[in-house]
Amino acid sequence: MSSNFDNIKKIKDRIFMIFGLLCTFFGLFMIAVFIGGILKDGFSRLSWDFIFNYPSRIASKAGIVSAFAGTLWIIVLTSVVAIPIGIGAAIYLEEYAKKSRLARIIEINISNLAGVPSIIYGLLGLEIFGRMMGMGGSLLAGSCTLALLVLPIIIVSTREAIKAVPNSLREASYALGASTWQMVKRTVVPAAGSGIITGIIISLSRVVGEAAPLIVVGALAYVPFVPSSPSSEFTVLPIQIFNWVSRPQQAFLVNASAAIIVLLSMTFLLNAVSVYLRIKKRVKY
Amino acid sequence: MNKIEAKNVHLYYGNFHALKGISLSIQPNTVAAFIGPSGCGKSTFLRLFNRMNDLIDGVRIEGECLIDNKNIYSREVRIEELRKKVGMVFQKPNPFPKTIFENVAYGLRVNGISHKSFIEERVERCLKQAALWEEVKDKLKKSAMALSGGQQQRLCIARALAIEPSVVLMDEPASALDPISTAKIEELIYELKKDYTIVIVTHNMQQAGRVSDTTAFFYLGELIEYDSTKKIFTNPTDTRTQNYITGRFG
Repeated sequence: MSSNFDNIKKIKDRIFMIFGLLCTFFGLFMIAVFIGGILKDGFSRLSWDFIFNYPSRIASKAGIVSAFAGTLWIIVLTSVVAIPIGIGAAIYLEEYAKKSRLARIIEINISNLAGVPSIIYGLLGLEIFGRMMGMGGSLLAGSCTLALLVLPIIIVSTREAIKAVPNSLREASYALGASTWQMVKRTVVPAAGSGIITGIIISLSRVVGEAAPLIVVGALAYVPFVPSSPSSEFTVLPIQIFNWVSRPQQAFLVNASAAIIVLLSMTFLLNAVSVYLRIKKRVKY
Repeated sequence: MNKIEAKNVHLYYGNFHALKGISLSIQPNTVAAFIGPSGCGKSTFLRLFNRMNDLIDGVRIEGECLIDNKNIYSREVRIEELRKKVGMVFQKPNPFPKTIFENVAYGLRVNGISHKSFIEERVERCLKQAALWEEVKDKLKKSAMALSGGQQQRLCIARALAIEPSVVLMDEPASALDPISTAKIEELIYELKKDYTIVIVTHNMQQAGRVSDTTAFFYLGELIEYDSTKKIFTNPTDTRTQNYITGRFG
């Protein structure tokens, strides 16, 4: 016997489901519009010339090679600095210092750091790396700054991945006479592997898109050369895009759209790799 | 000489007095069973002998625990050395998410052995001892997680045997398994007794009766009675033992 109350319950359920679907489609629709617009404006501009040319006052001759190279340099250098420190810190906090007061203080502060606006990191990087340590406006200063920015992300996601490894595996390891380091190296890290890599890729996606902190540290707007070493000056794709978007000529807007397509492709590629790794390594416990 | 001995052992989890003055001794190459209702302290007591309780915060121990007449809680004892001599098999099978081969080889690698053919021989020998070799010899490089529960537990036994301990502690090894796997493991224990001293915690009294030489009955943190299995199950001295065996409580 279905009462009025049951009917209303069903209707409310339906309404919420439809509302949810509308929200989802709204989000997807906006993204589709944005990407569609960008593709329409910029797709035709993509060519080998565009990718390998230097920037120029003449829109049709301008290209992204220096910005693209700068972005690649930044990704590599930031990874070299942030990944070992981030994973090391996470392992220390989870496996060695777990219950100490020190660990708890650090934990709270790391979560806070993740929320600090990126421009603050830029100011910090300018003062410490650029001025005090004398790195100037170089790739090294920029990547150290961004490394600080993404360190909280790497530490938190690595910790989550390590926490997800069942304690029964740790017990089994200890019972066989392993030291803590052996257990971490042979059991915990391999088991947490895909979670750790996902965290790294998320932070790299963030690095690829940052402009403000790098501008503060001293990335240039006009770079007619490809950086040849970490002490070189540089620019990155987001800055190049911003530079072009600020120009009045329509042709530069087209260039900006094309550069956005390149940037988005890099981001999608990174995320696709992370999704693939997550699915492939879905380890059954 | 007693292989394993406890002298007036007390254990506290913080303020909770979990083990109250336990004394017993276990002879080499015998199987000792610890029985008793849930929460009586038998697993806690078992874990004293490979110092797994050290992993828990706030645990305090008084009294002596001896293996081969040496106090295992003295300062000179290196825990990793102890755990090479005293192996453990856990209640829920916990193979590493690695290949079958690497699971058994783990203990060897962790103890510095890297010689390939030595490891291969030892892995084969232990899988045979654990009565698992025939079932896995063609798929050693497959993931251990693809094995059934009973096979995984036998793999864990092989893994524990790989480093040639002299004592094997088993914490309810068959409680998560089906009857056929349980029977296989009980057979295994009977065979292993020739080369190892085995201590098994079990909820299953019939199992204790089947596999063990001596049985210890624990209740609320105390050792009520410890004697040959035959005596415990046919003519126990204490009424509480009698009541537990006959199922009056449990």
